[in-house]
Amino acid sequence: MTRPTLPANRPEPKEFARRIRAHALRMVHAAKASHIGGCLSMADILAVLYTRILRLDPAEPHSPGRDRFVLSKGHTTAIMYATLAECGFFSLAELDTYCRDGSIFTGHVSHAVPGVEVSTGSLGHGLPIAIGMALAARSAGAGSRVFCLLSDGECDEGSNWEGILFAPHHKLSNLCVIVDFNKIQSFGSVAEVLNLDPFAEKWKSFGWQVEEIDGHDVVALERLLSAVPAPSGRPTVVIAHTVKGKGVSFMENKLEWHYRSPSDELLAQALAEIGA
Amino acid sequence: MRTTFIESLSQAASENPDIWLLCGDLGYSVLEPFAAKFPERYLNVGVAEQNMAGMAAGIALSGKTVFIYSIGNFPTLRCLEQLRNDVCYHGADVKVVAVGAGYAYGGQGYTHHALEDAGIMSMLPGIEIFVPCDPMEVRAATRLIAASRKPSYLRLSRQGEPDLGAAVADPRKPRILRAGQEVVILASGPIASRALEAAGELAGRGREVGVVSVSCLKPLDDAAIRAAVRDASLIVTLEEHILRGGLFSLVAGAFAGDAQRPPVTGLGIPEQGGKTSSAGSREALLDAAGLSVQAIVARIEQSLAKR
Repeated sequence: MTRPTLPANRPEPKEFARRIRAHALRMVHAAKASHIGGCLSMADILAVLYTRILRLDPAEPHSPGRDRFVLSKGHTTAIMYATLAECGFFSLAELDTYCRDGSIFTGHVSHAVPGVEVSTGSLGHGLPIAIGMALAARSAGAGSRVFCLLSDGECDEGSNWEGILFAPHHKLSNLCVIVDFNKIQSFGSVAEVLNLDPFAEKWKSFGWQVEEIDGHDVVALERLLSAVPAPSGRPTVVIAHTVKGKGVSFMENKLEWHYRSPSDELLAQALAEIGA
Repeated sequence: MRTTFIESLSQAASENPDIWLLCGDLGYSVLEPFAAKFPERYLNVGVAEQNMAGMAAGIALSGKTVFIYSIGNFPTLRCLEQLRNDVCYHGADVKVVAVGAGYAYGGQGYTHHALEDAGIMSMLPGIEIFVPCDPMEVRAATRLIAASRKPSYLRLSRQGEPDLGAAVADPRKPRILRAGQEVVILASGPIASRALEAAGELAGRGREVGVVSVSCLKPLDDAAIRAAVRDASLIVTLEEHILRGGLFSLVAGAFAGDAQRPPVTGLGIPEQGGKTSSAGSREALLDAAGLSVQAIVARIEQSLAKR
């Protein structure tokens, strides 16, 4: 079975994250779209995955032995599409069509876009699909790993908890869930809307290998994600503590940037702050 | 039907190593032969239909053909959005198999009656819907969907239904169970046996009544159905399902644009909103729903009298 390797000329994760943050800001601004806060909080996670972890071949996106990445928080498409463009799945110029009439680059992630494994956007769907992929990969003996990125608010969905119960029971060590734990969901803080605490303890009690880190620490992220499959034989969850709107001072930890798109002025300020 | 299904699936799985079966902790005394023969491709996922449907999509998107199995409303309505988004939107090769069509779990009460499932499932894009009336149709439909590479829904009953007709040539085509041109009863599912009894009764009263099993609701072969009812002065649809969204809706919709067509009388189960269901066998509940053989005969005679 074909097993893609990591790309040869990989940028440093921090540089990659800076680029995709800039693309996402411009895309959301141009399209007057939403969800920039959740895009920025997960930028460093995507950067580490796509420069250091995932064995993918943009020239052969459906190679059977590839690693899988399932974006379950399907609303954060701008940064996802930017990541795939930076990796060469399609040209950067195509990002300009984001959310435009007739574009395949829809506001919730679409499998029409090369490199996207599954369309999501209704929350609570990604993890069960990722579990199925991990089961199939184990059965095929391909050595593929499956990474699934959840949002914190998404952890309200019961379908996730069905999967969280299932994966350790079946010792799916080739599965890794990353939670972008930025503490703000659609209409308020996680603590106010539906508190997840004690979050790590919940996963532990379900039998997961639980890691908790600063989700903007690319060195720690690389170390943990490289350790999949865990020697413990259990599925891994990385609870990544992040900042909603990370990198742009006026967006950080602000609920409104779940929805708003920046004006011309604010875009310029945001780009300046992230060094683009 | 359940046994025929699992035998047919086992046969298909022995020929195709990519076939998997997942169940939602149901199928006692039915699924064991498959589990014993293909332990690597069988999984009881627990009472968790949303996870089962999403997982099935993930396995299918990795190149497999995945059957998911449970009772009536559980692998269908319970995880409808997973079937819509994860399975059908991706064209994933997932087959939803529901046992307990209509009133098959009669005495268990309304929660276990599958009365809206076929209509709801038929609204999903890109899925094929099979409602077989007898073991022969189950066998043919199972073989077909195992090889189709498309999302499918297979709606099974659960009793020892007898074969109602000759061998099935093509499960996507309507199958003539009894020849007759004056009145043609189009039936889906095991209730076709009541259509045959009613046709016999009407024959004794001088009526010529044909019975056609329409086991494939989607894609509905409307050209073949049109041919089967060409000389009829009355079409009757009969289903163990509410009329909305099921066989009646699909047939009536297919014929709506025809310039000349016979009237269509729909016989099905009345919608039950806000009413409690009583205990009883499938047969008793069908009778109570106005679908006894005598009631079917009477309603056909009334429709004929109105013409």
